[in-house]
Amino acid sequence: MSVARISGRFAALKAEGRAAFIPYVVAGDPDAASAWRILEGLPAAGADLIELGLPFSDPMADGPAIQRGAARALAEGMTVAGVLELVRRFRAGDSVTPIILMGYFNPILSYGLDAFAKAAGEAGVDGLIMVDVPPEEAGPLSFALEARDIALIRLATPTTDAARLTTVASQTQGFVYFVAVTGVTGAKEADAAAIAADVGRVRAACALPVAVGFGIRTPDRAAEVARIADAAVVGSALVETIAQEIAIKRDPVPKVLDTAAAMAQAVRSARVSSWP
Amino acid sequence: MPLVLALEEAYAEAKADPAFQSDLAGYLASYVGRPSPLYFARRLSVEVGAKVYLKREELNHTGAHKINNCMGQILLAQRMGKTRIIAETGAGQHGVATATACALFGLPCVIYMGAVDVERQAPNVLRMNLLGAEVRPVTSGSATLKDAMNEALRDWVSHVADTYYLIGSTAGPHPYPLMVRDFQRVIGAEAREQILALEQRLPDALVACVGGGSNAMGLFHPFLADEGVRLFGVEAAGEGIDGGRHAAALAGGRPGVLHGSHSYLLQDADGQVLEAHSISAGLDYPGIGPEHAWLRDVGRARYLTATDTEALEAFQLCARLEGIVPALESAHALAKLPEVAAEVGKDGIVVLNLSGRGDKDLATVAERLGAKA
Repeated sequence: MSVARISGRFAALKAEGRAAFIPYVVAGDPDAASAWRILEGLPAAGADLIELGLPFSDPMADGPAIQRGAARALAEGMTVAGVLELVRRFRAGDSVTPIILMGYFNPILSYGLDAFAKAAGEAGVDGLIMVDVPPEEAGPLSFALEARDIALIRLATPTTDAARLTTVASQTQGFVYFVAVTGVTGAKEADAAAIAADVGRVRAACALPVAVGFGIRTPDRAAEVARIADAAVVGSALVETIAQEIAIKRDPVPKVLDTAAAMAQAVRSARVSSWP
Repeated sequence: MPLVLALEEAYAEAKADPAFQSDLAGYLASYVGRPSPLYFARRLSVEVGAKVYLKREELNHTGAHKINNCMGQILLAQRMGKTRIIAETGAGQHGVATATACALFGLPCVIYMGAVDVERQAPNVLRMNLLGAEVRPVTSGSATLKDAMNEALRDWVSHVADTYYLIGSTAGPHPYPLMVRDFQRVIGAEAREQILALEQRLPDALVACVGGGSNAMGLFHPFLADEGVRLFGVEAAGEGIDGGRHAAALAGGRPGVLHGSHSYLLQDADGQVLEAHSISAGLDYPGIGPEHAWLRDVGRARYLTATDTEALEAFQLCARLEGIVPALESAHALAKLPEVAAEVGKDGIVVLNLSGRGDKDLATVAERLGAKA
């Protein structure tokens, strides 16, 4: 089901003539109970796919917002097994929204690649993005995931040249994740014109959908990206909302879901007139 | 990835270019002060029961072996047309060496240093500032060396076009562990020639401290094919391996991936990286160079551990017996001399890498000794 669940969702959205909205939240942030309510509420808020961050002690591709989100989740005791339990619970009530885990390699390696792939497949995980596993080193992970029909989604960046893009395109499954800024998550707003050119390059190399993430902080920018790409990923803006709400001792769930809904609305309305 | 691939290619070209090598050799001779002496430590030899030679890396400009690697990489950075240098530092020795090399060539320099280490190593922060570098305290995570490295990597991926990341140990993604080893290899190459001239034979054992592992790798590498030469690395056992507050990745860690290296790593049951603990900030890294993991696994090198207390005792012993105040890092290697001496016997020859001088550690040592009194 897994890779098919991702492809099926993108195909359905293409038929609707719009891009996907993909929210990113850190599993277990700010605590297991709130994280569950956020995850459970995201489809109703307009999430077409969900990226769930696997918290890691050393998230070197992430800016301060997601670093702190991961630290909150770890302080509350989140583990790889805990993340998978969250997915299992979600999957029991939702069989259509694809779940992509995004994180770093060491916790997966520590869990055991085959054991992880098996447990993730059983929990209902559809795809995995490993920030610190380049194609050169992906062999064992790729085999383990393939055996369980879990997509290993590859990243492309503005510095990915044509030769490398061919490699990424030939190896990715489900979609290509295009990192819109040369930098870390949440750092700066992505430039729409530059994204359009880069997405064009990725499309030329790969027939699969292109999701754009990093540097999408506002509904306006999400809408702009939705006109260019097949999906807009919003992460830091949601994780920052959690931080702001708990700082004033408020339940973060309603505001996070409101923020997600505003982004989803922007993505949905972006292309209605221009799509054939 | 494209940036480490470009680095790998540029380094391979530079390594094969005689002009690059002679340029580097020139700076090592006239600016760093190489070759460093190999000194017969007479009183220490009597004390531990073997013929002990000290490779005097602490006499290098900036007071440690770190500058060997910085000179190599700064020349490479310029060859690659990079105009801005960044680095991570723990104790500040690599930061000072990087800032020095940047001052020498007039390059802007940003040093990432854990906020905790900025507090602990104030004199080195001042030195870096005097050398024209900007020191950026890192408050994320545990605010120590590994977090400084995370932050430097974040900077690098955000400024790929103009910035060169000058890593200070045999850690990080390929080609860093290999390149840093190559630039530190001068230590072992000199020591090999020097001991042959002095003793007309190879030593029985080499000893060096291991954090990330650059000074040990530099000493060991030219001797790898000499089967009779036993290799001993000494990891920092901090307050003891059993209590969990240590920096010994081989003795107390298991295989993992951090900063692009697959090696032994201090981590919890869920693969989260643990903070390293040592009296010596320079050994405070939760990983270890992958080549050390390999040398251990194939049985070519052995790795011992020394606690904070053992290092402190060796620190004082070396000062009293030889008139040399060693870095606390190097004191970990000194602490295991009796153990190594027992293996090679009193006519056995041991070469120990005195990787740095201890001026930077005086405040730490005073505090620890004062607390005891």
